[in-house]
Amino acid sequence: MGAFFLVVSSFLASAVEMVEALTIVLAAGLARGWRSSLAGAAGAAIALAVVVVLLGPALTAIPLSVLRVGVGTLLLVFGLQWLRKAILRASGFKALHDEAAIFARELEDAREAGAVARDRIDWYGATLAFKGVFLEGLEVAFIVLTFGSSQGSIPLAAAGALAALVIVAGVGIAVRAPLSRVPENTMKFAVGLMLTSFGIFWSAEGAGASWPGSDLALLGILAFMGATSFVFVTALQRRRTTIGPVGAEAGADT
Amino acid sequence: MTMIKSFGLFWWDFIVGDDWRSAAGVAVAVATTAVLAHNGTNAWMLIPVAVVAVLYLTLRRAVR
Repeated sequence: MGAFFLVVSSFLASAVEMVEALTIVLAAGLARGWRSSLAGAAGAAIALAVVVVLLGPALTAIPLSVLRVGVGTLLLVFGLQWLRKAILRASGFKALHDEAAIFARELEDAREAGAVARDRIDWYGATLAFKGVFLEGLEVAFIVLTFGSSQGSIPLAAAGALAALVIVAGVGIAVRAPLSRVPENTMKFAVGLMLTSFGIFWSAEGAGASWPGSDLALLGILAFMGATSFVFVTALQRRRTTIGPVGAEAGADT
Repeated sequence: MTMIKSFGLFWWDFIVGDDWRSAAGVAVAVATTAVLAHNGTNAWMLIPVAVVAVLYLTLRRAVR
């Protein structure tokens, strides 16, 4: 059960971050040339691989109880950020992420950034793609490493992330357009719930508490957090009806 | 020094985000659970309840 949640969490978190990275790589590629954009994306992938290779073994060397209380607390803090934003978006208090709007803005900025060097690497395009892939990828690396090490299987968590990379990159190459139809907030909601639930489970266990039902408690925590979030969304939606809807958000935060 | 500060600020923003009170609430709940466990009390309920309270407070601040 833990392995299933591990792969699903890694897959969903990676997929949403990769959709955002793809939008930036596409904008850089169309405006500044594919060679520069892909070089920047490849550079970011190498930098991320170095982070994973350096931190992965270091994390597995830490005793499991210490790792779980530390990682559990970090995941809980991190997951609460995702969950809060997902609840605010679902209830209309925060605008939904609009990949098409972000793409249009990035494309315009890239086109306005001076002449394009077509015969060699264009540093604006390469840097734009590098930054997009590295920053979005860092969240993926953080989730894969913390989930994987606490569950005792970084390769399994990495498999979920790899599956997301193959699917998002494959669809991106096929359509050459931002993936605006992906139900991003639903996926972010699911990731926020999973991060928070794993965080609660591991931090309590690492702190010395014992869960009734052992690993099965994770399902109970997930159901509890799901129900709590539903109550918050419903309550906020009711409050929101008096104010009116908000527009689409062309930002790049979680 | 500026580089170290920027590095620290990046990670702070990455993990803690714009509401440090949530992180502080979580840290207090985990520490209290550890202290209670050390004294023989299995306080597994404390963190889930604290998380709901923290979530409620952070959402209330966000929509105010």
